Amino acid sequence: MALNLQKTFCPMLVYLSLALILAAAFTAGSSSLPNPWRALGSATETSVIGFFAWFGELGTFCWRLARVAFVPPWEGGELIRQMDAIGSKSLPLVALAGAATGVVLSLQTRETLTRFGAKSMLPAVIIFSIVKESGPVITGLIVSGRVGAGIGAELGSMKVTEQIDAMEASAVDPYKYLVATRVLACIAMLPLLTLAADFCGILMGWLSNTLVEPISLRLFFNTGTKGIAFSDFLPPTFKTAVYGLIIGVVSCFQGMRTEGGTEGVGRSTTSAVVLSSLFLILADVVLVRLIQVFYP
Amino acid sequence: MTEFMDQNNQADIAIEGLSKSFGTQKVLDGFSLSVAHGETVAVLGRSGTGKSVLLRLLIGLQKPDAGHIRIQGQEINGLEVKPLNEIRKKIGFLFQQGALYDSLTVEENVEFPLSRHTTLSAQERKSRALELLESVGMKDDMDKMPSQISGGMQKRVGLARALALGPAIVFLDEPTAGLDPITAAEIGALISQLQEKHKMTSLVVTHDLHGAKHFANRVVMLDHGKVLFEGRFDDLQKSTDSFVMQYLKDAA
Repeated sequence: MALNLQKTFCPMLVYLSLALILAAAFTAGSSSLPNPWRALGSATETSVIGFFAWFGELGTFCWRLARVAFVPPWEGGELIRQMDAIGSKSLPLVALAGAATGVVLSLQTRETLTRFGAKSMLPAVIIFSIVKESGPVITGLIVSGRVGAGIGAELGSMKVTEQIDAMEASAVDPYKYLVATRVLACIAMLPLLTLAADFCGILMGWLSNTLVEPISLRLFFNTGTKGIAFSDFLPPTFKTAVYGLIIGVVSCFQGMRTEGGTEGVGRSTTSAVVLSSLFLILADVVLVRLIQVFYP
Repeated sequence: MTEFMDQNNQADIAIEGLSKSFGTQKVLDGFSLSVAHGETVAVLGRSGTGKSVLLRLLIGLQKPDAGHIRIQGQEINGLEVKPLNEIRKKIGFLFQQGALYDSLTVEENVEFPLSRHTTLSAQERKSRALELLESVGMKDDMDKMPSQISGGMQKRVGLARALALGPAIVFLDEPTAGLDPITAAEIGALISQLQEKHKMTSLVVTHDLHGAKHFANRVVMLDHGKVLFEGRFDDLQKSTDSFVMQYLKDAA
């Protein structure tokens, strides 16, 4: 055993040290830095510190937001304006994406199910996959793209043109007026948009199905929802409120910490979309598992 | 100090030993200044000498490293947001670029502080906004968006917005910078006129010597975060300090 370990590790160690020496030689030759290893170390250190600092700042941001979000005066007018901007204006895009998902699911699963002789399961498969996963996730990603970019760019440009400072200077809390309203609007609108996506997906799933093999909508719906319970439908729909929270908080956070003029606005916009989509997908993993635990 | 101090012992703005650094750069280094009620003080100095930072510290947008700021006798350093906001309501602030809210019209921009901090009806707010916009000569453009009006016009609207709540104190950050001489003179005249009318205490950061001569009761020259000169404009012109002489010569 000891011999085996020796056999495995010794050549590896030799190769590793060789690689390190080669890398050192390369970087020393090409770089003007006095000590490439120290530079590499400090770059890693900076990015690790940056990573934790980001989460720290996000925590402070959330705390500040939570402190102002649930106390009067309520910014009703601005909340409704944001619900319109985030919800109603995303509706066509979300509906279209939902519809496309329905068509694709119908086309793909028809072929697969026919191969396994389970074609009668088609309505159930379409409805289940749309309601339980495709609808919520597609809605979340579409909204994080559209709304995340919008919020990141809007708050970012307000920050660099001192509009947020102006608001603070006039004794209006920007966290309450700008951030809380956007976050609440995202939380409220995501489940509604998901319903729209589900509806369009199921409808188009039926339509593309009936074009190949005519089936009435009623029959399609009845067979599709036979085994479905409210516990299959409600938790996945309402989990999108968490997506809304993520999209709202992350994009507002990225927007509010914008620095460095128009270039900074570009960076915030990109990072708002990328980070909110990423956290949304990661949160989905946790949420799906939680739903399975609580609604078996 | 000045005739203002004699008239009224209570200083509206009292700054003592204010210091602020960004990294290794000392922007303000033990800066002290007292502005009496109804007085207008112009702060002069080269770009990047901490004039704008001074105003941001005074309104609590940034925290000083050391020193005291008292607005109408109340220390604002280390104040919680709520009491700080109460003080902010008494202060009008004009930002260098106007900082109008892009998503609101000119009229809505002026109404914004009114709708937050007063119980006026929509009609009353509108008429107040109209009155303010008329006083800055922007009544005809009240339905336009900020992006549809020029930089000078944006500053005027910014001024109207700063005055919306009838503040006791105003901070103006380069109100005439980047404007043509005629508009600059107009804004300068407007500031004097408004001060005469409302008896506001003002702190004006500016590069505009001509304007400062007209609207300021006192001027302060900042260099490297310290007060280089403090006194009447006429005395500034008599100063033998090489920096002041150079500044006046280059500005002429």
